Amino acid sequence: MNPLSVVVRTICDIFAWFMGIFGVYIIIHGHLTPGGGFQGGAVVATMAAFLLVAYGGKKVLSFVRPGFYSGMETAGLLLFITAGFLGMGTTFFYNFLAGRGGLFGAVVPIGPNSGILNSAGTISVMNIAVGLEVIGGLSLILIYMFKGIRLFDDHAGRSESGHDR
Amino acid sequence: MKRRVLFLVAVLVVVGVFWGALSRIHPFGDIGRAPMDDYYLENAQQERSVNNVVTSIVFDYRGFDTLGEAAVLFTAVCSVLALFRKGSEGK
Repeated sequence: MNPLSVVVRTICDIFAWFMGIFGVYIIIHGHLTPGGGFQGGAVVATMAAFLLVAYGGKKVLSFVRPGFYSGMETAGLLLFITAGFLGMGTTFFYNFLAGRGGLFGAVVPIGPNSGILNSAGTISVMNIAVGLEVIGGLSLILIYMFKGIRLFDDHAGRSESGHDR
Repeated sequence: MKRRVLFLVAVLVVVGVFWGALSRIHPFGDIGRAPMDDYYLENAQQERSVNNVVTSIVFDYRGFDTLGEAAVLFTAVCSVLALFRKGSEGK
């Protein structure tokens, strides 16, 4: 698709930031509020779809390479499995960071409370890892589908099919 | 004829088993409480120092299941890449 009208592009300029920030908020606060890595990652990956629709594939692909998202996905999966294996002294996926102090180790009071961001041990680490993985994975799916269907090589160079304007 | 009789017997056995299982299930809308539910609700905050019990189940008590979900997403990405990647036969 070629870039859509200036109205769509202006709205995209404004709201893409909010979508990214909201998704990162959902990922980071996964152990305090509803949501988590999967949901927040899906929100951030929606930003890629938004940019692809508003600006077209050539502009987006000149901005960010698929290798970036691929690395993000790999890093997320490796971090997740590493966090699982590090608790291997007790059991697989043992929460070895919770309640020890230090990184993500704050002790939460029992009962209703307003929540401490620096708590929950490996649950926070795994939320961030899964968030990275979902951002990378869903964005890669969108970009590769877009490249496979819309972008093609003609005689003059790389072109796009889709909207007329 | 023999196959038909066998088929009827198999159908009766399956219906009987399912009917027996269905008649012992909870009444609709009454889930009941399992000891595991009470354990999670009482101990998740103390053991794992997390306020969100759902997250503690998904990422800690049942973390292996989440690893499987991540693997499902990875497989989906791999299959999309294999399906939509451009070959070089057109050049």
